Amino acid sequence: MSAPIMRLFATIVLLFAILVVWTSRWSVLDAKDLRDNALNKRPLLAQLHVKRGAIKAADGALLARSVRGPGGTFRRAYPSGALFGHPVGYAVIALNQLAGIERYRNDELSGQGDELGSLADQLQGKREQGDTVITTLDPQAQRIATEQLAATGSPGAVVALDPRTGAVKVMASSPGYDPNKLGDPGVFRALNSSGSGAPLLDRSTQSSYAPGSTFKVVTAAAAIDSGKYTPDSVIDGSSPKPISGVPLRNDLGESFGPITLTAAMTNSVNTVFGQIGEALGKQTMADYMRRFGFYSKPPLDYPADEMLASGERLNGRLLPVTSPQVDVGRMAIGQDKLAVTPMQMAMVVAAIANGGRLMTPHLADRIVDPDGRTVDRIEPQLASTPVSPQTAEQVNQMMRTVVESGTGTAVQLPGISVAGKTGTAEIGTVGANLTQPSFVAFAPADNPRIAIAVTVERSQGGFGGTVAAPIARAVLESLLS
Amino acid sequence: MSARNRELLGLIPASLLVTAGFAAVFIQQGSDQLSNLSLTYGAIFLGLCLAAHVFLRIALPYADPYLFPLVAVLASFGLVVIYRIDDTLARQQAQWFIAGLGLFVATIVFLRDYRKLEQYRYLIAAASLVLLCLPRVPGIGAQVNGAYLGVRIPGVFVFQPTEFAKIGIVIFLASYLRDTRQLLVAGARRIAGITLPPLKHFGPLLVIWGIAMLLLVVIRDLGSSLMFFGAFLAVLYVATSRVSFVVVGLALFGLGAWYLGTHVPHVTDRVDVWLDPLNAHRYPNVGYQIANSLFAQADGGLLGRGFGEAFLFLPGGGPILPAPQTDLIYAVIVNELGLVGAVAVLATYLLVAQRGFKIALLARDSFSTLLAVGLSAVFALQVFVIVGGVTNVIPLTGVTLPFISYGGSSLLANFVLLALLLLVSDRARREAEGAR
Repeated sequence: MSAPIMRLFATIVLLFAILVVWTSRWSVLDAKDLRDNALNKRPLLAQLHVKRGAIKAADGALLARSVRGPGGTFRRAYPSGALFGHPVGYAVIALNQLAGIERYRNDELSGQGDELGSLADQLQGKREQGDTVITTLDPQAQRIATEQLAATGSPGAVVALDPRTGAVKVMASSPGYDPNKLGDPGVFRALNSSGSGAPLLDRSTQSSYAPGSTFKVVTAAAAIDSGKYTPDSVIDGSSPKPISGVPLRNDLGESFGPITLTAAMTNSVNTVFGQIGEALGKQTMADYMRRFGFYSKPPLDYPADEMLASGERLNGRLLPVTSPQVDVGRMAIGQDKLAVTPMQMAMVVAAIANGGRLMTPHLADRIVDPDGRTVDRIEPQLASTPVSPQTAEQVNQMMRTVVESGTGTAVQLPGISVAGKTGTAEIGTVGANLTQPSFVAFAPADNPRIAIAVTVERSQGGFGGTVAAPIARAVLESLLS
Repeated sequence: MSARNRELLGLIPASLLVTAGFAAVFIQQGSDQLSNLSLTYGAIFLGLCLAAHVFLRIALPYADPYLFPLVAVLASFGLVVIYRIDDTLARQQAQWFIAGLGLFVATIVFLRDYRKLEQYRYLIAAASLVLLCLPRVPGIGAQVNGAYLGVRIPGVFVFQPTEFAKIGIVIFLASYLRDTRQLLVAGARRIAGITLPPLKHFGPLLVIWGIAMLLLVVIRDLGSSLMFFGAFLAVLYVATSRVSFVVVGLALFGLGAWYLGTHVPHVTDRVDVWLDPLNAHRYPNVGYQIANSLFAQADGGLLGRGFGEAFLFLPGGGPILPAPQTDLIYAVIVNELGLVGAVAVLATYLLVAQRGFKIALLARDSFSTLLAVGLSAVFALQVFVIVGGVTNVIPLTGVTLPFISYGGSSLLANFVLLALLLLVSDRARREAEGAR
């Protein structure tokens, strides 16, 4: 009976070999797929046990921190409540919901930055702990921007950058939400439901608006930088004027006659900029728009799907400037089908303010590990050079006259020269008198430290200079004092 | 070196393992009782094993020296893993371990001449069948996940009769086939290219098959049936050397399994889940267990998370892995010790089986050989059924991982199995020694 016993044992060995193969399959060969499987709650559970790093404002104020929950888990707390809901976002690990900086910097915050380091930590028996993200945000200015936006009674957004470095100082979107309350799935549903006013939407990067006359900054920059115009070029500012075969009117039908480009900027003369747009042509306008960052998502350290590319849009899709469906004359005055985020407009004025050099905008200043060592510092980086320093200086001068004597006098600050441009897009049905006021500015004009873009979504007959400019003024005042 | 001295040395790694294991779990729990308590646990365990060893020295001096240390490794490892899951359960398991050692000693004392068992083979077979049917008796039977595998003994525990029945069935088969194996082979005829044994002698075997199938229906557990039927075929094959019997047997079993897999809802569920373990539709109910078993293994990887590092509970307190201390303990092992640790555990089981088959080869009489073959086969098949279930090689069913899973019945029965193997071994080696 010995041969059958040997064969039987061989069969048992074979069966055990199958067990080893199958165990290898799940634990090693297919492990990655299994870990990524949507049904698998373990990676989520692992994250719950990680003490995420804090998120801090530029002055060190805590914007997000981890507090102990039951059973060795952690949950997120946001000491400033709704104030930084938008740039900071939220991390509700138990519901697998992440947004904003919490999402973009998730690897650093949850300590998964580098595999080798975490392995070494594990061998030393260290509890997993994430790195702290110190942002460039200014709590005081963020508070003023949020309060001022809320006071308009309309949704809107404010973005303020340091044009020299790209550091984002203010990123406010109204209405906001309190990220502390998102642990409740019911609250999540309520905030996402229609009729909630979409408070989770970050209007500074995710909503696109008709820029109105603020876009004339781009047109003026293209006009001068292309060499076809100077600030002193004289153009016929009478109204109406046929643009693309359809008569275009100035505000209130005002007819200016022949005026300089600077004067046209100061008084926001539509017919002049419409003609310039037609004269420059679609290709030139397209080139300059791309240089300023249009037609791609802002190079911000923020989740890509929480940002929108600016440009001409038709049925929600980007439409090239060169398309026959684009009315370049009306686009040049910020109308037609232009859809622009406040972040993009802030980038435009930041580039003008910084001598034509657009710095990559960034929210994070540095990453600090649990031992207090700085592991990463976000250095200023040049994104592009849309226009020459000379062009930038000339557009700067033109924008100063807007604040000194034009449509933007409401932004004047004592002792500080401000350069700006108003915008008032008409929305809704003709005669409803609904507007979308916006304002872009930078200051001090001779040595710019702050560039700002303000958009108010809806106003009953308000103008950029009356509704949006005062908000910009308050934020600038806070940031420059 | 004498067999018993080798056994003594073999116990050292087992004790080190239990000490190191408890130490690892204590460290992970951040406990300050590390220094003395883990050593105490190791010492108590070593003391118990030494006592058993001294007993073996006196009672079975010729018995296989490796079996007991191998089992001690498995049992100590099981204790550590259970402790890591739930320390209350581990204390209970330690008590079961002591009771198991007691039953082990009693078996050896009272069954010194285990061949007496042959006289009671029909009684043993009948008792085993009654045991198997007990879980279906209303009032005392306990249904777990649709299968009828337990008998509730109020206030004590849920008794698992299959664990004991498997030994009884193997004793009966070894005894019955010792008598009839010559007849089965001699009277076989070739019909349509397949060698079939004479109906007269094969009849009882068909009855066994029928009973196995019936059991499948009664206890509704594919895995247990596979274990019983596999052991039956193993003993039958060794007794007759006829592969054709095995082929026919497997075909019949396959037929029965197919019928059940397509007609009994609870078994059908298991088969569906087996075919598509990560189906999102089935995940919230029937698929949850196997899917999380696979996720736990993926979490372990090559080297594992380390003792005490695997997630066992959801934030709400519910288990992420159902039945981690019994059915899914292998998944916990892979999670914490990785593929490497799991292979080491499987290798230990394979070594136990190898010693069992070695004993069968050494045995001088047919009953002893067939008994050793049957016990080794049923032991190895039990490991295959539960590990195969947890790794989705076969549909997952509720049998225990011998000596490691939490459970009194399992531990007691497997200690009886070990005692029988050592008894056979002692006789075989004593005779071999005497013949030299």
